[in-house]
Amino acid sequence: MDALLLSRFQFAATTMFHFLFVPLTLGLSIIVAYMETKYVRTGDKTYLDMTKFWAKLFLINFAVGVVTGITLEFQFGTNWSRYSAYVGDIFGSLLAIEATASFFLESTLIGVWIFGWNKLSKKAHAAVMWMVALGSHLSAVWILVANAWMQSPVGYTIREGRAELTDFAAVVTQKFAVVKIIHTISSAMVLGAFFIMGISAYHLLKKKNVHFFDRSFKTGLGFAVVSSLVVFIMGDLNGVVVGEKQPAKLAAMESLWETQKAAPVYLFAWPDEENGRNTIEIGPIPGALSLLVKHDFNAEIKGLNDFPKEEHPPVLITSFAFKGMVGLGAVFILLSIAGLFLKDKLVNSPLYLKIMVAAIPLPYLAIQLGWLVTEIGRQPWIVYGLMKTAEADSPIAASQVGISLAAFIIVYGLLGLAGFYLIARKAIQGPDLDGDDNGHGAIGRPLKTA
Amino acid sequence: MALQNIWFLLWGLLWAIYFITDGFDLGIGSLYPFLGKSDEDKRTMINAMGPVWDGNQVWLLTAGGVTFAAFPLVYAVMFSSLYTALMLILFALIIRGVSFEFRHKIDDPKWTKIWDTCIFVGSVLPAILFGVAFANIFRGIPFDHEGVYQGTLLTLLNPYGLLGGLLFLLLFLQHGSLWLSLRSQGPIHDRAIKTANGIWPVLLVVAVVFLIASWFATRLYDNYLANPVLFVIVLLAVAGLFGAKVFLARKEIFKAWVASAVTIIGCTFFGVVGLFPNLFPSSIDPAYSLTAHNASSSPLTLKIMLFVVLFFVPLVLAYQIWSYHLFKDKIRTEDMMY
Repeated sequence: MDALLLSRFQFAATTMFHFLFVPLTLGLSIIVAYMETKYVRTGDKTYLDMTKFWAKLFLINFAVGVVTGITLEFQFGTNWSRYSAYVGDIFGSLLAIEATASFFLESTLIGVWIFGWNKLSKKAHAAVMWMVALGSHLSAVWILVANAWMQSPVGYTIREGRAELTDFAAVVTQKFAVVKIIHTISSAMVLGAFFIMGISAYHLLKKKNVHFFDRSFKTGLGFAVVSSLVVFIMGDLNGVVVGEKQPAKLAAMESLWETQKAAPVYLFAWPDEENGRNTIEIGPIPGALSLLVKHDFNAEIKGLNDFPKEEHPPVLITSFAFKGMVGLGAVFILLSIAGLFLKDKLVNSPLYLKIMVAAIPLPYLAIQLGWLVTEIGRQPWIVYGLMKTAEADSPIAASQVGISLAAFIIVYGLLGLAGFYLIARKAIQGPDLDGDDNGHGAIGRPLKTA
Repeated sequence: MALQNIWFLLWGLLWAIYFITDGFDLGIGSLYPFLGKSDEDKRTMINAMGPVWDGNQVWLLTAGGVTFAAFPLVYAVMFSSLYTALMLILFALIIRGVSFEFRHKIDDPKWTKIWDTCIFVGSVLPAILFGVAFANIFRGIPFDHEGVYQGTLLTLLNPYGLLGGLLFLLLFLQHGSLWLSLRSQGPIHDRAIKTANGIWPVLLVVAVVFLIASWFATRLYDNYLANPVLFVIVLLAVAGLFGAKVFLARKEIFKAWVASAVTIIGCTFFGVVGLFPNLFPSSIDPAYSLTAHNASSSPLTLKIMLFVVLFFVPLVLAYQIWSYHLFKDKIRTEDMMY
């Protein structure tokens, strides 16, 4: 394998691994801050117990998310140096702003939050968690602005053989970025909410700490209902902007080969990329694609055969990942709405609880599929329409990348195992309640009662 | 031109801030197996940096990020040239970071042992490799006119590079032992003081050797000879070094730590000022060197980023100083969160 392919594998592996942890950090940061605020407002100790228990899981996850993020910032230089030199004027500044304006806030204040239980007033301590949530979300915003620029480059000009910034506001406020940000952040909230509901369901099935987990479940449910709807609506808008800016990706998402009016959505389609057609097409819904993308039943949608073949993204992965993501998105709405009907008799709804336990990994899967659509669907471009991935890698030996890739697989594999093992173990153990926890706070170490 | 020069100095400053903040974390981590005799000691060491290490580490991301933003070509060539060294640093920082959180989660000596090893390796390796990398940058890196590196990892492990690694390690060991003694009490505090006293003469010798070796191995002194007033930076480093010793003898630990920070800033700027205007000099032909003037971003980006940095860095410093102040007391067992 050549260095390019290895670098692509490495980037995919490290980014996808990083994004196994980021969404839970985002989603839980808000929910935990909300729980702590409820505690400060009501003085109800259950909310304090909830804050500590869910924060314990949050912090394990947070640690892995933070350290795996470091790699990403440097990988553009190590493995994608020609890309970095070409677009650094714009892309580099977004990453630098991310670190300076938001990552600092999140990382500095998480330490204050962990160690600050006895040093700060209750209100201030809760406010610190809100700042952590703000910092992590702003981090996500800047990274997504940077990614949106790769999908839809704006506000630049080509000068002296590189892309140079001409309009910063255009980069930050373009519709592609705004839609992507809301879509991603709400999907992280879905993941966080389903995480809480799933673990709560596990304990409710065992009828352990029922009061604690019933309230946790309901807290998660509130966030799930709202965010699963928002993620779906923003997903639809995302499709519209993709149709505008990346027509080839849109055609690949839907396995649409021929340009046509009243373009259909297929419930199932198996693409034949060699011959530019679908081998199997089941359940076409005529006009559905035109309606979704152009909000006009009869609108014309460009098919893949009208793009040069070397500009086709891999259709099979893109279309299947897309369909999987959308299907899961619908499942999240259904499960959330079912929860609204069952929320007052959760303990007596074992089937629903079992489904919710089984559903914990589903938002993880949906989010990974979403990124596959975004990134694979953009190929062969690294910056859409501006720079090809094949022109972007570093002039380094394949052996170097091969070794680092192998090391990433081993180290991240072990890290993932340890991280998820710890999260699962602590989740199954459940909270230390009743105050007779031998002075051990839920954070894991002795804690003076404030 | 002026904008690029300002950015050159900011670039050096951000690296210096990284070295004085995360530097003591790396130092404590490197001392971990030697000073941490009991589990209580080990936990004291981890908790001494516990509330602040994560925020400290972001200075690395900021230094890397502004390299990307202000000097994209330097970012591209530097990090692809130093590929393996940088990967080693990243892996080290990854295993160090999770160890703090993972170590205490399961009460099993085998489990604890794994993360104890990670803390040590994850600290000592970056401490040395940052020194090796920067000494090599001072010396010049073999890359050609297309920015393609013509060496291997072993190329970096030349005597001057290794000397730089040793210097950084000693600087961080001193810095870390001072921080540890500041925040601990009892036997571990006494051992930390003893360590700081023991390291000092070694550091002095290595620093002097490094200054002399730089005369032969690098062209850093060219700038100093052209503008002798710049020697004030060397004096600053020396003053910091002796200040640390004096304050340590007087048991004024915080002042000794500040003096140690001054030494680190002085050492960083000794190199950075000597490099000017080079950011990443080529040892094959000076004409290939990447400078503040031929490798920078557009004026618009430099201006926007200058605004961002001048607004946010003071803000960050303010809340970081607040958090340092919040956790300035000696650690008690009941305050330990890790």
